[in-house]
Amino acid sequence: MSNYAVLKGASYILVHTPDMVLHNGTTQTTEMVVNPDSEYLKELPNHIRSFEDAVNYAPNQVYIGNMTSDELGAMEFPWYDKKVEGKKEGKYGEIMPQDEFLGLMQICDVFDLVKLEKGFAADVKAKLAAHHLLTDEQVAILDKNEDDEAEIKRLVDEEHSEGLYNNGKLVGAVKRAHDVDVNLSAHVMLENIVSKASSVLALLNLIKVTGIDPAEVEYVVDCCEEACGDMNQRGGGNFAKAAAEVAGFVNASGSDVRGFCAGPSHALLDAASLVKAGTFKNVVVTAGGCTAKLGMNGKDHVKKGMPILEDCLGGFAVLISANDGVSPVIRNDVVGRHTVGTGSAPQNVIGSLVTDPLDKAGLKITDVDKYSPELQNPDITKPAGAGDVPEANYKMIAALGVKRGDLERKDLANFVKDHGMTGWAPTQGHIPSGVPYLAFARDQILAGDIKRAMIIGKGSLFLGRMTNLFDGVSFIVEANDGKTGETAGVSEEQVKSLIGEAMRNFAESLLSE
Amino acid sequence: MDLENQKRVKEFTEEYGAENIVVLLGAAEGEAAGLAAETVTLGDPTFAGPLAGVSLKLAVYHICEPEVKAEIDEAVYDEQISMMEMVLDVDDICSEMNAIREQL
Repeated sequence: MSNYAVLKGASYILVHTPDMVLHNGTTQTTEMVVNPDSEYLKELPNHIRSFEDAVNYAPNQVYIGNMTSDELGAMEFPWYDKKVEGKKEGKYGEIMPQDEFLGLMQICDVFDLVKLEKGFAADVKAKLAAHHLLTDEQVAILDKNEDDEAEIKRLVDEEHSEGLYNNGKLVGAVKRAHDVDVNLSAHVMLENIVSKASSVLALLNLIKVTGIDPAEVEYVVDCCEEACGDMNQRGGGNFAKAAAEVAGFVNASGSDVRGFCAGPSHALLDAASLVKAGTFKNVVVTAGGCTAKLGMNGKDHVKKGMPILEDCLGGFAVLISANDGVSPVIRNDVVGRHTVGTGSAPQNVIGSLVTDPLDKAGLKITDVDKYSPELQNPDITKPAGAGDVPEANYKMIAALGVKRGDLERKDLANFVKDHGMTGWAPTQGHIPSGVPYLAFARDQILAGDIKRAMIIGKGSLFLGRMTNLFDGVSFIVEANDGKTGETAGVSEEQVKSLIGEAMRNFAESLLSE
Repeated sequence: MDLENQKRVKEFTEEYGAENIVVLLGAAEGEAAGLAAETVTLGDPTFAGPLAGVSLKLAVYHICEPEVKAEIDEAVYDEQISMMEMVLDVDDICSEMNAIREQL
């Protein structure tokens, strides 16, 4: 086996942000503009979940690693009306409540833009002091708050600041970073600081999950869907390095990779290639969450008498390292890609992402034990008319398999069951796209339960109005055969010396005869 | 149906006349197909877009309906649509579409 990069571990975090659903989700903010007296806005507050309910929601427990997709799939659907005994700490990460997160936002803000009401800040400081992943120095940042409620209100009413709310109460504000520049407006700064802070939370959990020394991380790639920069460079970047700084990755540089929902798969391929090329030994891929998508399908959920299920920001981080001979390898030579010429017909899309790379590697569709496409939680998407997204993907892969003769039409349903998974990820765009399975894939491969998984990221580029194209990339994660590239390099020398020795022995034996 | 698409359907109808327009849907399930069909016939049921209260009564079909399939070259249909035909619940989509058309 050549010197592939390996999947060392992955962390997953959620942040329960009920007030941000109301104040920052675009479905709600748009409604406030076009229809401020709507029934939806009046009804919405009655459909907001408590932190406990979000923790006890089965898909969220799968996301942080306390339950499996199989266990979720075995539960009677829908899931929003059933509670499990959840924990806020998980095998792969954690679920953070809103008040603590507002404190974390301030810890992650280095331009003094996040202001918290002093009483609220004191309460949050006490809670964050108990958080096992933050340093005393970081928590002490909250001591700087001196503003009272009136001053916070003044910032929002008179200074163009965005309010920060908790339990319906104004507890803080994000100030604008420039008087005129729309890219540094309070609205953009809030979105970006949220993204950065949730990425930081994922990075801190990654350190815990993998045990990596932060100083050993050499490069960080951020793959969220936000852009940071000023009016002269709107997407200048760099979320990656900004988050790495707070997480204590002192020896890391980094950059941002974008590709809508396919961003994480692109970023992982980049990371695996950087490691395989020997450029860096440890590369981290990370992404924070997105306030705009909170409550995105809220109208459908409220209409159907359901709670607002899109009440959590999502985040993740993945460590890609040099081959350790044990961890699953990332086969960056078995890569699917939706090209400019692929077109948009579903069979061409699935062909380019799934069967083209398999053909190249001499594998059948059934040789991949688990496919990890978009893993959106169907509890969220089905009531909104978007169906069961992962299931639709599995059916498409199976249908293509039938067309190619890899499987019989009667086996279509079984293929979906055996090679697919029940979706559990929050609908945060880039978050559900392939990556939520990585930690599970690593564990299942190490346990010998599966040998090979395909991670598939897809992205809707047309949303940016620069192209009508769609995009996607895929790659395979598989069991490590234990032969690292370094061993192969050394053994070549050993082989030469062994051959030399054998030749000498042969010559000597000839002479002695 | 998103607001921008509603606007485009409305503009095309004004430009070419309702009798010259056929709306072809590719929605992934019956309910979504039915909602889009309702929007371009009876009007936007969500009362959010340009077709709210506007009854265009356009001819509307889903790409997987037999009436449309019969109009398309078999090889092209096989290449572009046949895989999705296996994936989608075509019966459900057809019944939703028929239910909307019956109201016209």
